[in-house]
Amino acid sequence: MSHPLHKDYAGAKLGMWLFLFTELILFSGLFLLYGAYLARYPHEFAAAGREMHLFFGTLNTAILITSSLLVAMAVTAIQRDERRTTLLLLGGTVLCAAVFLFNKYLEWSAEIGRGIYPGSPKLVAGPPGESVFYGLYYLTVGLHGLHVLVGGTLLTVVALRVRRGTIHGGDYVWLENGALYWHLVDLIWIFIFPLYYLIL
Amino acid sequence: MNPAEQNQTETGSFWNDTGRTGIAAWIFSTDHKRIGLLYFYSVLSFFLIAVVLGVLLRIELMAPGRTIMGPQAYNAVFTVHGVLMIFLFIIPGFPGSFGNLIMPIQIGARDVAFPRLNLFSWWLYIVGAAAIVTSLFTGGGPPDTGWTFYVPFSARTGTNVTLAVLGVFIVGFSSILTGVNFITTIHRLRAPGMTWKRLPLFVWSLYATAWVQILATPILGITLVLVIAERVLGAGLFDPGRGGDPIMFQHLFWIYSHPAVYIMILPAMGVVSEIIPVFARKPVFGYNMIAFSSLAIAAAGSLVWGHHMYTSGMSDTAILVFSFLTFIVAIPSAIKVFNWVSTLYKGSISLEAPMLFILSFILLFSIGGLTGLILGAAATDIHVHDTQFVVGHFHYTIFGGAGFTFFGAMHYWLPKFYGRRYAEKPAVIGWALMFVGFNITYFSMMVLGLKGMPRRYYDYLPEFAPLNLTSTIGSWILVGGLVLILVNLFRGLRSGDPVGQNPWGGATLEWSIPTPPPTENFSADPVVTHGPYDFKGAGIP
Repeated sequence: MSHPLHKDYAGAKLGMWLFLFTELILFSGLFLLYGAYLARYPHEFAAAGREMHLFFGTLNTAILITSSLLVAMAVTAIQRDERRTTLLLLGGTVLCAAVFLFNKYLEWSAEIGRGIYPGSPKLVAGPPGESVFYGLYYLTVGLHGLHVLVGGTLLTVVALRVRRGTIHGGDYVWLENGALYWHLVDLIWIFIFPLYYLIL
Repeated sequence: MNPAEQNQTETGSFWNDTGRTGIAAWIFSTDHKRIGLLYFYSVLSFFLIAVVLGVLLRIELMAPGRTIMGPQAYNAVFTVHGVLMIFLFIIPGFPGSFGNLIMPIQIGARDVAFPRLNLFSWWLYIVGAAAIVTSLFTGGGPPDTGWTFYVPFSARTGTNVTLAVLGVFIVGFSSILTGVNFITTIHRLRAPGMTWKRLPLFVWSLYATAWVQILATPILGITLVLVIAERVLGAGLFDPGRGGDPIMFQHLFWIYSHPAVYIMILPAMGVVSEIIPVFARKPVFGYNMIAFSSLAIAAAGSLVWGHHMYTSGMSDTAILVFSFLTFIVAIPSAIKVFNWVSTLYKGSISLEAPMLFILSFILLFSIGGLTGLILGAAATDIHVHDTQFVVGHFHYTIFGGAGFTFFGAMHYWLPKFYGRRYAEKPAVIGWALMFVGFNITYFSMMVLGLKGMPRRYYDYLPEFAPLNLTSTIGSWILVGGLVLILVNLFRGLRSGDPVGQNPWGGATLEWSIPTPPPTENFSADPVVTHGPYDFKGAGIP
């Protein structure tokens, strides 16, 4: 029996969407804790929230939204079979990811320098709500940062495959799924940013 | 039933794939049947180890005081028994083994939607299992928290909880990927004519299970990450001294772990719905309602986690709501039981080994389900919370339910893949021993619990001695039966009588292809013209 080449784009995208749901639910556990503890410690949360570096938060939001735009444009470019443009746009996306992580490094360094990190003596001595706030902050943003790293790596692999020609205008489901993953990373940040930096 | 029709020469079967040789032909194969067997033997191995641990627990409880182990060893043994049974046997058990073996064939597909992802799932399972096994022998020794990893103890104990929890996290990831794979497969790869209403009920149950796997498992993932963060970073999110709340851990843990019992039981219910019509020689009664009730159990079961926490200090309103929702789950479960019994009514019932296991499922699961209502009602739960009653109830549902069905499925489906079958008589004797031993073991536990014996204690008051001894003797009968059926089954698969294409007279697609199945299942894409239990339509007398 000859094995027909089985390419099921709709199937591949369905699988990716299902996987993205599981990622959302993974983060939802942390958001759930945020909600429960916010209700218990509204004042401590507000006090801690005002200490956050709004500059880094805003800058990183702008960077991530730009990167999402770039990767969406990369999908359009590959549909038109413009390989060079696709590569440039993907390179831009990965660059944004790197800058995002670099900013995160600066921001965390500043905070750790002030003695704010999970289990630090300063937090242990401080009011209990602040310790919970920063504990959640580090875990949520850390997990998100890990996803930025994974997404950046994924898009790098996709870019290499575009260059080799295994992803092209007739077969680009890998790029599309990579872009979907990147949008998820962006989307989760869109929730993290207001919750930790803005509304408190 | 039917004598062997024709036995296919083994050249076309999936056993004779060309390509890789030796063990590489298995551990790197993307064929769903090979992956199914990999899963089957992996989960069975962990099951057998956990059985030995369970027997050790019963021996310790044979008499009051120290019998064969001290309190610390007892804590470690019941923890590892639970972790292996839950996370390495029964959760991956049905989807991984029989789901992989049977589901693609039943929907008329050549493989699952993502064969490489399928193999990756198995590898993740093995990596997670390796981490769990390593945790027993390294660091501070085997975890002693119970399989539930409750904080604050799990955040403080010196035993190797971190590695064990990491292992469970990885196994959970494997379970998620299986779920993603199965839902995509069932949506995309059904053969022409395989409409949703012609889907075998086992596939329906796997479909509902896969949704639970996808929607609930990530919560377990994040909860376990938080436990690791407590231990490694001292994040303090569950530490009351730092503003955290241990009850939040319990909520997050049970948001996954209650739906997880439906990951264990739903596919088993699917197997029951497959086997009963075949052995009653009647189309299944109430197909739509059985399919629908699988989804209803999956949905309602996701909203009842709080019933594990009545004594935790949760608000009375929450207890009332969770208690009410818990009772709602009984409705779709009962729908299934009534439909199975109605299928049997006036059927031409053939009492062979698979059917005996399935019939005992109905009885044992009903006992487990009804005692579940005793636990689901807040007032009675306060009395029996954390007693041996809970242990008895849980084993009635999961061992008596899912476990017995797993053995039934082994007797029903494995001959199809090996082309040979077991001897009937030892299988029936083994089943009878298991059934009797099972009831002695676990019914005693429920009575002990009602009398007030707590769970997870290596010692007890003298008045509990007679029933504990009874329970321990029951466990030996149970294991005796288990050994008998396993030896008989595997001897049969190796050198028993050959079986034909359709030894039981089933109407689902797996019985329409040669035995053992060819590599890509169907020589030509099948076109489905009849329902899964339409024996006349399938031309089966």
